[in-house]
Amino acid sequence: MTELTQDSHLHPSEHSLLVPSSHSGEVLLSVRDLSVTFSTDDGAVKAVSHLSYEVKRGQTLAIVGESGSGKSVSSLAVMGLLGTGSANISGEVHFDGKELIGSNPEDVRKLRGLKMAMIFQDPLSALHPYYTIGRQLVEAVQAHHDVSKDAARARALEMLNRVGIPSAEKRIDDYPHQLSGGMRQRVMIAMALINDPELLIADEPTTALDVTVQAQIIELLRDLQKEFGTAIVLITHDLGVVADVADDVIVMYGGSAAEQGPVREIFYQPEMPYTWGLLSSIPKDDDEGQLDPIPGTPPSLIHLPTGCVFAPRCVFAHQVPGNRCETERPAFVQTGPNHAARCHLTAEQRSTIRNNRKIGK
Amino acid sequence: MLFALSIITYLLFYALPRDPARLMCGTHCTPDSLAAYRVELGLDFPIYQQYLNWLHAIFFGKDISVGPFPLHCAAPCFGFSNDRNEMVFIMIARVMPVTAYLALGAFILWMVVGVLTGILAARYKGSIFDRSVMATTLVGFSLPSFFIGLVIMIFVVVRWQLVPYPDYKPPTEDFGKFIGALILPWITLAILYAAYYTRLTRSQMLDTMNEDFIRTARAKGLPEKVVVRKHAFRAGLTPIVTSAGLDFAGLLGGAIITEKIFGLNGLGSVALTAVAKLDLPVLVAVTLLGAVFVVVANLVVDILYAVIDPRVRIK
Repeated sequence: MTELTQDSHLHPSEHSLLVPSSHSGEVLLSVRDLSVTFSTDDGAVKAVSHLSYEVKRGQTLAIVGESGSGKSVSSLAVMGLLGTGSANISGEVHFDGKELIGSNPEDVRKLRGLKMAMIFQDPLSALHPYYTIGRQLVEAVQAHHDVSKDAARARALEMLNRVGIPSAEKRIDDYPHQLSGGMRQRVMIAMALINDPELLIADEPTTALDVTVQAQIIELLRDLQKEFGTAIVLITHDLGVVADVADDVIVMYGGSAAEQGPVREIFYQPEMPYTWGLLSSIPKDDDEGQLDPIPGTPPSLIHLPTGCVFAPRCVFAHQVPGNRCETERPAFVQTGPNHAARCHLTAEQRSTIRNNRKIGK
Repeated sequence: MLFALSIITYLLFYALPRDPARLMCGTHCTPDSLAAYRVELGLDFPIYQQYLNWLHAIFFGKDISVGPFPLHCAAPCFGFSNDRNEMVFIMIARVMPVTAYLALGAFILWMVVGVLTGILAARYKGSIFDRSVMATTLVGFSLPSFFIGLVIMIFVVVRWQLVPYPDYKPPTEDFGKFIGALILPWITLAILYAAYYTRLTRSQMLDTMNEDFIRTARAKGLPEKVVVRKHAFRAGLTPIVTSAGLDFAGLLGGAIITEKIFGLNGLGSVALTAVAKLDLPVLVAVTLLGAVFVVVANLVVDILYAVIDPRVRIK
């Protein structure tokens, strides 16, 4: 285990560690030390703390975590969609050679929808109820290209066909409420990819859909990624989806990364009790109807625990001597060349627990 | 709907304990003349028959004998006003344009000012502009129209003499005087309503700006002004249209206080006089007319809903 936390004035645990992606290729998006704080009447909400990651061209990074773990907020910050109102954003976001944090909002706007696009959880509320899908697609084209309405419409039709909308030439004049949930999400995908962006951020794209449709949408995203070479940041709490599509995974908890690594390692050699808990919560064939939920509730982002943010829910915290889990926040340390985790347990302890509990098997 | 309205309106006034015949009879009333008035007014019929007669007159007209001279009251006949010595419908048709111009001008003024200010206040929420707008509208909102009207009248007309004393002329006759007479009442009404519409628009805009589809519009890379104008405003429009329709209809029914202050002889003034003199045919007609405006406004609002929101349209 190598600690890489020596060169900073920051408290070691706050130091952000950039875990290199396991795949070769050119880095498209590099997030460093990203923190987002919302000031509210109740105090500062630390929604994201010192998050760092890289996404290479054509690769998929999955960000996993429960509600309020900061996965959506960090992506909205990357897209420049948090506004300047109550959100306080610090850190660096390098995208396609440009620094986005602190740059002119107008420059970031010009990238949105053109070079980086986003799809959302609930496609019904994410599409404007009063405009036809054709009009909303045309608008997406014309926001960035000086083309005629007819040309934009032709492009819209092409994309609708590509995402598998049946009889698209008729459907293009439908309103969102006339389509099914799966079709709406296909429209959202068509709209996001219409300008062939380098990066697609998919914020729980299947959560609001029927289970049968979920697989189709994920399948579609994977096909389109292959075809267009789009890098995808997939925000989800569905580990099944992660196993299907992700190259790298970040597990987020309480606003910061709890564990990060290549998808195989996260599933087969997880290094952090929270990840263990997530994996045990997936139904398996041999479970005989028994799931192991993680006890307790997520931490308050206003009053984060002083020690490990996961300690209050961690059943292994007592194995760490000196009550360190309660008093000292663990550093984000590398456990392998492309793998890092935030845990006070020693490598031996973790290995023993994994073996005893058949985690990752 | 309108039919039900007419029944209610009619009953409201004619079934009152007040005896219309006694009113017409005046101070030198003998039982004989009272009975004669009863027959003349058709009050010797049962109430439903009276109503049907009244309704019949609206569609087909009727003959009225006032004293020795028989008069024909052409359809639509709402009866004869003894107080004004004139057919009710003809009188209303004469004063209606004044009220209509007053309502229309004020409506346009307050909608433009209120909605635009509301949008800007929402867009720059929390700014000094927003705060001062909110403070101003609170004041405008709390002032009764007779206060605003009187203050404007006293200062602008009497003290500073910026505008001559209102002397209403139809726009076709003397456009300058027309504007001169209406500009202050317009402003009076507009202050009151613009304050309300600013607040309504602002809160609507703030609500819709939090919608998911606004985030989508921004994620598409649309400029903020397009997001506000095309996406947020359109979605927040429905309650504004509802209020606007009803308020406009309400004003068409007569802005009693404002008309009185600025000496405009519109529907409001007519209604006020009719109440004071218990001039029943006029009262019924004005009330019915006001109700008709509200019903029609509701219909127009419903049609506009369908234009604005495709989900409301019936396939």
